Amino acid sequence: MSVAEQTQQLIPAGTWKSDAVHSSVGFAVKHMVVATFRGEFTEFEATLAGGEEPKLTGVVKAGSVRVQDENLTGHLASPDFFDVERYPELRFESSSIRRDGDALVAPAELTVKGVTMQVEVRGTIAGPVTDPYGGERIGLTLETTIDRTEFGLDWNAPLAGGGFAVGNDVTLTAELELVLEQ
Amino acid sequence: MRILALSGSLRRDSYNTQLLRAAVELVPAGAVLELYDGLAVLPPYDADIAPAPAAVVDLRARLAAADAVLIATPEYNGSIPGQLKNALDWASRPFPDSALRNKPIALTGASTGSYGAMWAQADLRRVLGVVGARVVGEELPVAKADEQFGAAGQLVDPELRARLVAHLALLVAEAQRTPIAA
Repeated sequence: MSVAEQTQQLIPAGTWKSDAVHSSVGFAVKHMVVATFRGEFTEFEATLAGGEEPKLTGVVKAGSVRVQDENLTGHLASPDFFDVERYPELRFESSSIRRDGDALVAPAELTVKGVTMQVEVRGTIAGPVTDPYGGERIGLTLETTIDRTEFGLDWNAPLAGGGFAVGNDVTLTAELELVLEQ
Repeated sequence: MRILALSGSLRRDSYNTQLLRAAVELVPAGAVLELYDGLAVLPPYDADIAPAPAAVVDLRARLAAADAVLIATPEYNGSIPGQLKNALDWASRPFPDSALRNKPIALTGASTGSYGAMWAQADLRRVLGVVGARVVGEELPVAKADEQFGAAGQLVDPELRARLVAHLALLVAEAQRTPIAA
């Protein structure tokens, strides 16, 4: 593919699938007001449709939520938070992807705990490059911030000095390495 | 549809136990409410005790066999009684996949004061949330409990009776929609 063709299309035509080993999906939230706490989802799949109307879809297995403490992991999976038995998947579906300066912008529908909201995801794109095995790869970094209470994840605990244990604003991040399907 | 009912009080003439006895007649058609009476024989929770004592095995089996749970708690010093917390601590193990995990549970509480064990119910909700249970509906406070029961143990206040009927209907409805696969 020539350079000229690449500039015409934000993402080259074809179907790009996330490489599970070299991709990650996580979240960050304020903890005890002062610190940033991070967790991740270990099982997910992202599909990027390239071409004239690029589109990114993602499915995350809610039950794959992981943090360092197994008791907290269990609590996050429970009805207080993600309620993974009733809502086994988080879903992401962009309606479009466009360039805004150096940034990638994707208005999308995000579904968490059965609630679908409009979000705007921003990030960067790198590639494509040719890997040692002859495959084509693209890198995407994506980020958006949501209010978790809008999705029904409203657990909290007040702090003695004011404020709450867990912030409402949650930053969702995805670092995706996507491989062009042959 | 089997509802296991736990009274947090061991007292023979407990208002909370009376409340659960009154609830036996008020469950929706097709549901059966069974009173658990083993709270007093549970030993203090100790993770070193293995295998689990017979009373604990019995409690876990009854919880596992129940489609839903109704807990009536008194309020001791502003919170739930130690023996009820002890039962929940036993039942919550192994964590997170215990017999309480995702179990629909409705709360109520009776007291002779004006507040109907509201603090105890709030604490109970928090504990059950951490355990991973599915707490259904709001608190159902039964205040001035010494004035609420007739000679046959029936609830004399039609409004309270209607609220308990609605509470049980909500619990059964929740149990019927659990689990949902997608």
